[in-house]
Amino acid sequence: METATNIDGLEVVYAKPKTLTDTPTHYCPGCGHGVVHKILMEVIEEMNIQEETIGVAPVGCAVFAYDYMNIDMQEAAHGRASAVATGVKRVLPDKYVFSYQGDGDLAAIGTGETIHTVNRGENILMLFINNGIYGMTGGQMAPTSILGMKTTTSPFGREVATMGNPLKITEMLAQLPGAYYVSRHSVHNTAAVRKLKKAISTSFKYQKEKKGTCFIEIVSNCPSGWKMTPVESNEWLEKNMFPIYPLGDIKVPKS
Amino acid sequence: MASGNGKSNTRLMKGNEALAEAALRAGMQAYFGYPITPQTEVMEYLSIQAPNYPGVVILQAESEIAAINMVHGASGVGARVMISSSSPGISLMQECLSYMASAQLPAVIVNVQRGGPGLGTIQPSQADYFQAVKGGGHGDYHLIVLAPSSVQEMVDFIFDAFRLTEKYRNPAMILADGALGQMMEKVTLPVAGSLPKTNAPWATIGKPNSRERNIITSLFIQPERMEKLNLVLQEKYNQLQKEVRWEEYQTEDAEIVLVAFGLTSRICDKTMNLAREKGLKVGLLRPITLYPFPTNALAKLAKHAKVFLTVEMNAGQMVEDVRLAINGKCPVHFYGRMGGMIPSPEEVLIKVESIAKEFQTAHA
Repeated sequence: METATNIDGLEVVYAKPKTLTDTPTHYCPGCGHGVVHKILMEVIEEMNIQEETIGVAPVGCAVFAYDYMNIDMQEAAHGRASAVATGVKRVLPDKYVFSYQGDGDLAAIGTGETIHTVNRGENILMLFINNGIYGMTGGQMAPTSILGMKTTTSPFGREVATMGNPLKITEMLAQLPGAYYVSRHSVHNTAAVRKLKKAISTSFKYQKEKKGTCFIEIVSNCPSGWKMTPVESNEWLEKNMFPIYPLGDIKVPKS
Repeated sequence: MASGNGKSNTRLMKGNEALAEAALRAGMQAYFGYPITPQTEVMEYLSIQAPNYPGVVILQAESEIAAINMVHGASGVGARVMISSSSPGISLMQECLSYMASAQLPAVIVNVQRGGPGLGTIQPSQADYFQAVKGGGHGDYHLIVLAPSSVQEMVDFIFDAFRLTEKYRNPAMILADGALGQMMEKVTLPVAGSLPKTNAPWATIGKPNSRERNIITSLFIQPERMEKLNLVLQEKYNQLQKEVRWEEYQTEDAEIVLVAFGLTSRICDKTMNLAREKGLKVGLLRPITLYPFPTNALAKLAKHAKVFLTVEMNAGQMVEDVRLAINGKCPVHFYGRMGGMIPSPEEVLIKVESIAKEFQTAHA
């Protein structure tokens, strides 16, 4: 990354990657999506793989991801990003391919595609943003909403008897032989962002080596859907989401 | 099983297998499917041939929904791609077909129809006519629809469908039925590699510095932009009208014109000959493309014919398009069988004779 260019005698110490466009994002203030986009695009710039990377966007808050990521992209139908990514990767096995999906997309409507993509061990990176809510449609209950969580469709809190348990799909996927690297991250502080960045670049390295599916969950916030300030949402995230979705590697290659 | 690299280009083949062989010869680069009777032989044939075609992707998906979305991905990177299924499976694909029509992605979709509605039967049917020609999924769009009536056309139309889908960047469907998929006939196979590939500068194959990024999407949230895309699509459908194809038999002096597509056009051909033997002036118009529809050809016949009879293996779907084309100039009758039943030439003849009697009485 170019960080030391002089502009009017001033040294540039920080710049956004060229793999991000200049389009302002539509994300709510404090939302984790923008950070994940930036980290992902930084890795692509630093690995110099912009020309070899194809992304697949979901339906949900990240539906406009292709407006912000300066790479070739396809917009998939709700839940089907990993199937679209499979079609891309099978035709172009030497390119880098990633899918980017939220919890409703990946773990509800697209559960079948998610499981079978990983089970086939497709050589792609699947990025999974889990904020426990349908953000784009205005804060409905998601498969990953935690028990007691109030949403517009669980206004008295999610309860097991009628709404079932939060789906820990990442742990499920880690059981599949096709999953090569499975890791859970967050972007709620600087240290977490750095760890995520390393996980993404590691995943692309594995993809180059055709090792199988790399799956990264990012437990994130939704200030608007959760009806909190960004700071409150990050505190709530740590206190309530992390105990159910603990951060860290879930499956790593045997060395 | 016959090899795709065999010397003889004339063989006795099952419709589904002939179609699969034709796809390979047409330079298909990727196929995604899911088993469903009566078309499973397409994927089986491709799977057995796969070792002879390294680099061609043949993948059995976990569902028709996944399969068609894989087609989206593969088409989006510029591959010549095909999918096949039968009626219930095609229903599952409709959402993505709407996306692909909107995102202007080429692909060939084969529907070897079976009787419905619901799980229905595995016997042949033409009851997916509306779904095929009117859009099928949500929004204003059309597929290009070709209706083969022989195993030979199962082969030939694969080439036509790939050519048209790439030329217009619009999904193209081959609307066959279980009988055409299962029956064996003599076919002459085209030479492999004879279909040139259209360039796809829009494909998402990775963004070089030399161009802006390519985006494949059907989402245009501002209504002004979405209407613009709709206008582009409508203009494309206007342009498509020149690709209309049909056949006419003995229509020059026909008083009764039979209208039938696919398998029923062959049945009606026999009916026509039986009727002619009885001195009835019967002709046949067979639409080959169901979208675009041979509206003008029908309108022209309405100037001298007395009556039309549309014959279909459904409850009367194409008859609506025939009536629109005839526009009240002549009576348009309908005869159909449903749920996987195939009408015999003789039973259609009974209907023809009753219509003939009716208008002879009316004109007496």
